[in-house]
Amino acid sequence: MTARERIAGNVAGYVDDRTGAAKWMKKNLTKVFPDHWSFLLGEICLYSFVILLLSGTFLTFWFDPSQREVIYDGGYLPLSGVKMSAAYASTLHISFEVRGGLLMRQIHHWAALIFMVGIVVHLLRVYFTGAFRKPREFNWIIGVGLLTLGIVEGFLGYSLPDDLLSGTGIRIAEAIIQAVPLVGSYIAFFAFGGTFPGEAFIPRIYTVHVLLLPGIFLALITVHLMLVWYQKHTQFPGPGRTEKNVVGYPLMPVYMAKAGGFFFIVFGVTAFLGAVASINPIWLYGPYTPGQISAGSQPDWYMGWLDGLVRMSPPLETHAFGHTISWNILLPGLILPGIMFTGLALYPFIESWATGDKREHHLLDRPRNVPNRTAIGAMALTFTLVSLLNGGNDIIAQQFNLTINQMMWFSRIGVLVLPPIAFIVTKRLCLSLQRADRDLVLHGRETGRLVRMPNGEFTEIHEPISAEKAWLLTSHEQIAPLELPELDSAGVRNPGVLKNKLRNRISRAAAVAVPKATETDRLELEDHH
Amino acid sequence: MTNDIEPIKDPGLPAHVHRKADSDPIAAARAERQVAILFGLSAVGTLLLIYSYIFVKNDKFIFIPIIGETGAQQLGIGMGMAIALFCIGAGAIHWAKTLMPDEEVIAQRHEFRSDDEDRAEFVKTVKAGASAAGLGRRPLIKRSLGLALGLSGLTPLLLLRDLGPLPKDNLQKTSWKAGMRLVTDPGDRPIRPEDLEVGAVAQTLPQLAPGEERTLNNIGKDAVLLIRLRPEEFNLTAERLSWTHEGIIAFSKICSHMGCAVALYEQQTKHLLCPCHQSTFDVTRAAKVIFGPAARPLPQLNITVDAEGFLVARTPFTEPIGPSFWERSS
Repeated sequence: MTARERIAGNVAGYVDDRTGAAKWMKKNLTKVFPDHWSFLLGEICLYSFVILLLSGTFLTFWFDPSQREVIYDGGYLPLSGVKMSAAYASTLHISFEVRGGLLMRQIHHWAALIFMVGIVVHLLRVYFTGAFRKPREFNWIIGVGLLTLGIVEGFLGYSLPDDLLSGTGIRIAEAIIQAVPLVGSYIAFFAFGGTFPGEAFIPRIYTVHVLLLPGIFLALITVHLMLVWYQKHTQFPGPGRTEKNVVGYPLMPVYMAKAGGFFFIVFGVTAFLGAVASINPIWLYGPYTPGQISAGSQPDWYMGWLDGLVRMSPPLETHAFGHTISWNILLPGLILPGIMFTGLALYPFIESWATGDKREHHLLDRPRNVPNRTAIGAMALTFTLVSLLNGGNDIIAQQFNLTINQMMWFSRIGVLVLPPIAFIVTKRLCLSLQRADRDLVLHGRETGRLVRMPNGEFTEIHEPISAEKAWLLTSHEQIAPLELPELDSAGVRNPGVLKNKLRNRISRAAAVAVPKATETDRLELEDHH
Repeated sequence: MTNDIEPIKDPGLPAHVHRKADSDPIAAARAERQVAILFGLSAVGTLLLIYSYIFVKNDKFIFIPIIGETGAQQLGIGMGMAIALFCIGAGAIHWAKTLMPDEEVIAQRHEFRSDDEDRAEFVKTVKAGASAAGLGRRPLIKRSLGLALGLSGLTPLLLLRDLGPLPKDNLQKTSWKAGMRLVTDPGDRPIRPEDLEVGAVAQTLPQLAPGEERTLNNIGKDAVLLIRLRPEEFNLTAERLSWTHEGIIAFSKICSHMGCAVALYEQQTKHLLCPCHQSTFDVTRAAKVIFGPAARPLPQLNITVDAEGFLVARTPFTEPIGPSFWERSS
């Protein structure tokens, strides 16, 4: 035993005497994680969150979250002598006088964008592969919570510098609050400490941005990861992989090196972006004043779809009994997003209700094998993308020589018409891909080699695919539709039975599939040849 | 052939394919060198960061193709940091991929559901605990506890009351009063009609009394846009026409949709456009909404000139300015 081993042994022994950690560590250090590039998406979110904590802490050392009016006399000469808030002045100070300050600001902002992209793409991966199914519904809901809070946290973050662009964003947020029936004006006055903009809002959202929400994030992320650890990661189907096992590499040393290394890669790429790609150059916008604005005002991308919905909203207001209800704000700003996030959170339960599938699932689905789910996802994605596109309608109109009216009408019609089309096309595509899989298993791979037969006929040589590939293409299960009774024992249709009818319909639609190839099919084909 | 459908069989985990570095010591040594080079590059990155922090001046700019003129210090610190971090990561992953074992391992999953026995025990424990506390048998405790908890929940709501004043009629009113002069923003100079040519636009605010300070809260409500057209270009009711002066018409600059500054004026079409959500208002028809999500015209300010020939408000705004709210009556 070397001296180093003896010291390490003593330290480990000291800790284990007091915690009994050795037993737990022994088991978990060799924990097996399945490998797939798409499992890195969640890691990107985790790492950019750590980067946000580090860079954000740095920024707080200089940032002054105050709307007290000051006269600027710092290093950025074009704004010399201009009246502005201390928040804006201190952001200029960070950008121009603190060494590495601008870099940290840009890293912080880029990391926030990457965090949100990571969450959305991770969510899409989890959705389209069915990773949210039992027993992982809790983690799905936590994920939807993190997405929602991420949008809020990001918005509050870029509102803090109190520049002309961010102030405009706060103005819009105030208008949404003010539009809430009955209590809107009161909530707005409480939030802003009086009339907009007041001097209270930025100090308040600062506390929320740097303390309250990060604390909630930390708690939710911890539970999210603990559940992944405890429930073990899902895996893609393949030879040797079943619902009962996990195939992959052990945590120590492979995953420690890979995941640890990946943190540094994400941080490195974010630092690179912060170094070379300018983001949110607040000194160009000037300090906020409610009487001014710049053309082409755009929120960050994760708010863009909400802004797009607001932009395409029809000009509807109800005036009755001395009161006003602004549907043009409530509908796109609160009601639609509310429905979308609720539907997203409840999706696992809706699907399991519709298909009647209450079993545990650890093998992921290939999206083509679940056409209905994939098509619903494509539909929701299309809706969001058209909205996002409309959030930049002014910029797009300018770049492509269109009028804003053309863009707006494209979005207003597209947001209703395109999602159903996306559903139908996606479902067709999935079924076609299933058919292609079946052909591949039964007839083999096209080799591109043409052979002329003795009778003059040309034919292409097909090569059988490997046993592994054949298993991958056929290992999924094809569920049968629910056959719930539509008449009760007395032969009467009652309300409960009507519900069964609805479920039967949905599950029939969900069960549409091209029958997968079986060994029997193969043998039959061979008999024919 | 039977009627049973036989599925395709699982061939099991494919045989492990060894990497070059697993068997060839030269390849392994090469991989080791590559990892070391990456870690070495990282150290160089940190040196670049330190050098840039200490020796590169804050005001030194250099030209980089594509990016353009950029601060040398910030670029040096940032690139140093990026290289330092990225290379640590690349080195670690290269190490894992070439030199650490890459044979897949199989671990078993276990059902999460507890045994029926454990479940029954659990229910029994909970029931025993509840009955020991006697919550079911002592309704007085249950009800008074419910009352206490429910009431104490009000505390945070009550304590938050002082976050702000009640709105009262604050949203209904602006600082504009009859006879108040319109002054330029910026500059605070009163305006005569002849200062505005036909087609011109001016941003104005109410004139301050001596010693009075203008806050952003005032600007957010009082900002008014003056536009001068030829009087015959208007298409207004007689009442609204009388609110204009020699072709000068005044509107609240705060959008009736979500309160952004309606700052884009198209001189040719005489349209005002809000850059936030593209609500478009027709100036000739009293800022009627002709496009976009806004549901109401911009409120018009009734203006005239005072004895000295400066533009003044004849009356305050006759309706609340800015976005809608529940208490708004029209």
